Amino acid sequence: MTSPGDSGGRETWPLWEVFIRSSRGLSHVHAGSLHAPDETMAVRNARDLYTRRAEGVSIWVVRASDITSSDPDAKGEFFESPQGKEYRHASYYKESEAVPHL
Amino acid sequence: MTAPVEAPVAEKSAEASAVEQREFDRLIDADMRIEPRDWMPDAYRKTLIRQISQHAHSEIIGMQPEGNWITRAPSLKRKAILMAKVQDEAGHGLYLYSAAQTLGIDRETMFEQLITGAAKYSSIFNYTTPTWADMGSIGWLVDGAAICNQVPLCRASYGPYGRAMTRICKEESFHQRQGFEILLELMRGTDAQRRMAQESVNRWYAPALMMFGPPDEDSPNSQRSMAWKIKRFSNDDLRQRFVDMLVPQAEVLGIMLPDPDITWNEERGHYDFGDLNWDEFYEVLAGRGQANAVRVARRKKAHDDGAWVREAARAYADAEAAERIAS
Amino acid sequence: MNHSNHVVSTAITAESIADSSVVAPEPVAQYALGLGDDALVLAHRLGEWIANAPELEEDVALGNIGLDLLGHARSLLTYAGTAWDKSEDDLAYFRDENEFRSRQLFEQPIGDFAVTIARQLIASVYFAELYRALSRSEDPTLAAIAAKAVKEVDYHVDHSAQWLRRLGLGTEYSHERIQRGLDAMWPFVDELFRADPYATELDGIAVDSEQLRAGFDAVVPLLIVDAGLVVPSGAPAQGGGRLGLHSEALGPMLAEMQVLARAHPGATW
Repeated sequence: MTSPGDSGGRETWPLWEVFIRSSRGLSHVHAGSLHAPDETMAVRNARDLYTRRAEGVSIWVVRASDITSSDPDAKGEFFESPQGKEYRHASYYKESEAVPHL
Repeated sequence: MTAPVEAPVAEKSAEASAVEQREFDRLIDADMRIEPRDWMPDAYRKTLIRQISQHAHSEIIGMQPEGNWITRAPSLKRKAILMAKVQDEAGHGLYLYSAAQTLGIDRETMFEQLITGAAKYSSIFNYTTPTWADMGSIGWLVDGAAICNQVPLCRASYGPYGRAMTRICKEESFHQRQGFEILLELMRGTDAQRRMAQESVNRWYAPALMMFGPPDEDSPNSQRSMAWKIKRFSNDDLRQRFVDMLVPQAEVLGIMLPDPDITWNEERGHYDFGDLNWDEFYEVLAGRGQANAVRVARRKKAHDDGAWVREAARAYADAEAAERIAS
Repeated sequence: MNHSNHVVSTAITAESIADSSVVAPEPVAQYALGLGDDALVLAHRLGEWIANAPELEEDVALGNIGLDLLGHARSLLTYAGTAWDKSEDDLAYFRDENEFRSRQLFEQPIGDFAVTIARQLIASVYFAELYRALSRSEDPTLAAIAAKAVKEVDYHVDHSAQWLRRLGLGTEYSHERIQRGLDAMWPFVDELFRADPYATELDGIAVDSEQLRAGFDAVVPLLIVDAGLVVPSGAPAQGGGRLGLHSEALGPMLAEMQVLARAHPGATW
């Protein structure tokens, strides 16, 4: 199966993922994807497509093929470590619950 | 995250597949999201590709009947609003094509399916827009029906689809208001304008109701889509909901819905309404609507005419990339 | 905490101008009318690309540019109209061809994508120069309209420049098409920089078009050459747009634009 966005045509534009930070203090959030011939046009298209209603102060675009994601098949092992380590969460510490400022 | 999808592993033990199916079922039953790289049954993937891409095609084709009036919009404010609305529709198509791509199909293939007729789009857009009032009817009735369909889809089981729909729903309410206000202005206007509005609603009312699809007993795909939580409510349920909303809105407009059988049914707590002419629906679906050929031809022409532009941009990008590597 | 990025707009719009009690002095209104027509005619032309662009993303981009220009037109026409108690729509829909003051570049048919980009490049750089200068106008309304427009038009220049490069340096075929587009639009450049008959007597308020040429010449020929293209030469078109003299393209365009409004004179929409 060919990767999305590349049907082999000479004209096909690659796929880009778009991340928008909607206001100061927040992280960039994945907003969707679009097609563009290169990164310069991609960020401009992202602005046209995803910020028409003043929804953005910062845009990142990344070529979809450049994204490495965790393998869902390895889900169990990859994300196993946090399990059983509830001591990393404040809610584990019951004795401290009623103490002011803790 | 819409990372590229790899080919499914050819040989998997029967036990491994059963585990995956159980996990998929568990997620569906718990009303949780399926994401692009999760295992999913082939039929689920295929159904989603069909549904999402056809929804995308509908948005893109839907630009045409309304785009028809941009150059003739009778006030600059209406011109601006209409341009913005049609632009939103292009955007919606793009969000949906993106969501479909996460399932392993690319945009070029989807376009080809649309142009060859292998893929369908909402047949409501095969109707023509002979009068300005149709801009109102499309916003009020067609977008109104679309909203009824779409809001439940925001909770569709497939993550990228649900998220695209959430974005779309936020923008869609502007569309319905825009249409409603066009009709409101017309109904407050001259006799000729009032006639224009009523005549338009007379044409669009039944086709809009048919947008929800055939009655439940005639809808084969619905049952499975509902089991997979791609579809949340039945065609008839959504249609009823829609009529219940329309009646009071029509009263505000002072417009008559062209169905003498609409009456409040106290027992059911809903409006009764007359039977629809499903023959017309199937005719339009089969390609014998007013504008079927024109819609697809126009899309094909825009795409073909633009090939040299897309090619130029691609060639430039490739040359730049090569230069970067070389330097 | 509510992180919705809802912007409360204080930007100048046609509505805010109409709602204010500002009234344009007669000569300023006459001047603004021409500027408004330039923007309106080009906005209308860009609207013709909707559902026809080479890629969906470009459909959105051209639509955005058209909407920006339509916004400029609405503000300028609304402001002009205050002098005569006429609305933007009175002016847009109920004037005849020989009453339109737009310069001839803007009414040219959209042609193919290359023609459109060539025209848009010229128009955008011209508008950028114009609005930058106009933002210093002593007329506060014109200055405010121009200040908002400058930011938008800078983006339009960038869009045109990006496409100019991609078409000029892309394929042989695209190179030929964009060169032809430039050749077709270039005769209309000169008129943009001839003295505006409605700007005389408005020192400090209106912009002297002739002064804008230097800025244009500093930018456009370089962009063209960098894109591997040749700056066209040849006789400029006769022009006369500000005096109501137009090419044959404007008549049919206005006929289409105005047909519905004129069929219902006095109606509101």
